[in-house]
Amino acid sequence: MPQSSTSSPRRGTSSPWFSLQQPLSRRRFWGVAIAVFAALLVLWWVATACGLVPKIFMPTPLAVIERLAAMVANGTLLSDIGVSLLRIALAFLASTMMAVAIGVLAGTYGIWRAVIEPLVDFVRYMPVVAFVPLTILWVGTDEFQKLLVIWIGTFFQQVLMIMDAARRVPQDYIGLGRTLGMSNLAIVRRIVLPGALPDIWDATRICLGWAWTWLVLAELVAANSGMGYRIVVSQRYFQTDTIIGYILVLGLLGLLTDQIMRLVERRLFRYRQGA
Amino acid sequence: MAELTIAGVDKSYGHGEQRKQVLEQIDLTLGDNEFVSLVGASGCGKSTLLTLVAGLQTFDGGDILVDGKPIDGPGLDRGVVFQSYTLLPWKSVRANVEFALLAAGNDSASARRIADEHLALVGLSQVANAWPNQLSGGMKQRVAIARALSYKPRILLMDEPFGALDAMTRHQMQLLLTRVWESHRLTVLFVTHDVEEAVYLSDRIVALGANPGHVKAIFDVDLPRPRDETIMESAAFTALKRHVLDTIREDMPALPAF
Repeated sequence: MPQSSTSSPRRGTSSPWFSLQQPLSRRRFWGVAIAVFAALLVLWWVATACGLVPKIFMPTPLAVIERLAAMVANGTLLSDIGVSLLRIALAFLASTMMAVAIGVLAGTYGIWRAVIEPLVDFVRYMPVVAFVPLTILWVGTDEFQKLLVIWIGTFFQQVLMIMDAARRVPQDYIGLGRTLGMSNLAIVRRIVLPGALPDIWDATRICLGWAWTWLVLAELVAANSGMGYRIVVSQRYFQTDTIIGYILVLGLLGLLTDQIMRLVERRLFRYRQGA
Repeated sequence: MAELTIAGVDKSYGHGEQRKQVLEQIDLTLGDNEFVSLVGASGCGKSTLLTLVAGLQTFDGGDILVDGKPIDGPGLDRGVVFQSYTLLPWKSVRANVEFALLAAGNDSASARRIADEHLALVGLSQVANAWPNQLSGGMKQRVAIARALSYKPRILLMDEPFGALDAMTRHQMQLLLTRVWESHRLTVLFVTHDVEEAVYLSDRIVALGANPGHVKAIFDVDLPRPRDETIMESAAFTALKRHVLDTIREDMPALPAF
C-alpha cells in the first residue's frame, strides 16, 4: 500500500523558492520586486546616513534627490535630457531604417545574405569603444560624431537580428505569394515585412536599450552637452550626487522607453493573442 | 475546366556525388474536372511532384502543361492548398481570402463580395472577422480552401491538406471537400498518405514507387457519385483500398519478425 508520506508534494504549501514551474501570482511578483528595490534603498540610506561610507564618495538618497530637484528647477536636467534624447532618437532612427531595409533584404535573398552576414558578423565583434577616437579623427567632435558612435553601436547588432526575423517568416507564406503570382517586391512588402514585424519590433526594443549605453559613451568623450557630458563635468568637481542622480535618471529613461515599446507591441500585434 | 499533362518529368536534388534522383520519367494526364490523388510511401516524391506542378520548383527534364501550354513558374491558373494552412496571421479570416483576390486583380468591392461567398461555401461566415490564431486547425484549412477556390484557378493542387488534423476533423473535411467539389467541378491533384481518403475522394489514384519516384500503378475508382460516408463500408470500396495499400506496401521496408 502506498504511503502518504510527508515527502509527497502538496499544493499550496511547497516553498516558492525551491519549486520549478510554479506560477507566481502577479501581486506576489510585484510585491517581491518592489521589496528588493526598497531593501536596496534602505541599505543605501543606512550606509550613508550612519557615515559607514564617506559622503563625498556616496551621498545620501536625500542629497541625490535634492540635487536633482535643484537641477530641474534651474533647467539643467531637462535641457540635458532634451539634448540626449534628440541624439538617441536621430541615430536610432537612422540605424533602424537602414537595418530594416538591409536586414529584410539579407533575410530574403540568399545572395544578399552572403554579402552582408559574414561582414556584419565580423564588424559587430569589434569593440565600439575603440571606434570613438577614430570617429573624432574622421568627422571631428560635432553633433554628427555623437550620432555616428550610437549608430556603430546599434546598427550592426540590429541588422543581424532583423535578418533573422525575416528568415523566420515561414517559407510557405512566400510560396503562397508566389502561387498568387505576386512579384518579388510585392512578396517582400506584403508578406515578409508584415510577417517579420513582431520580431523586428522586439529586436528594435532590445537594441534601443543598448543605444542608451552608446549615447552616454559618445557624450563622455569630446562633448559639451548632454547627460554624459554632465557626468564628466561632475567628476571634475567631485559632485557624486549629480553623477548618481544622472545614472538613476538614465536607468529610468531606459526603463520608460522599454515599457512604451512593449505597450505599443501589445497594441500592434493583438492578432497574436491566443497563439 | 482544364487539363493537366505531366510528360516525362525528371527531378533531382543536389550536385555531383550528392545528387539524388527523386522523380524519374513521370507521365500523367489529368482530364478536365478530374479528381486525381497521388499516394505512396513517404519519400516517394509525391509532394515534390505537386510542388513542380505548382511551379514552386524547377525540374530537370520533361514538360508540365496546363491545357497544352507549358507552365512558366507559379501562376493563378493553379491554386495551392498547403498542409501548413498558410493563413497570414496578421490578417483577419476575410482579409486572408481578400488578399488572394486582390493579388488576382479584383477591386476591393468585388474581393469583399467573393470572399464572403466563399467563406459561406465552407461554412465560416460567422468567423470572417476573427484572427487565424483563434481558429482550430480544421477551420484554418477550410479558410485556405475557400481562399484557393476564390480566385477560380483552373486546377487545384492540395498537398496533404488534412495531414495535420485529427481523425474526426479530417473526416469532416473530406465530406466538405467532396460536397464542394461535386458542386463546383474543377481539376484537382491531391497528395495524401491516407489511402482511404484517396479512395473516397478520387476518380483515379496514382500510386508512386520510390527510389527514384516513378508511377507504379494507376487505379480507376468506379464508385458512384455523389458519395457519402456510407460508401466507405461498401465491398467495392474496401477491396480497392486493400488493393492500393498492397501496392504501396511493396515499397516499404519489412518489419522485423517477432
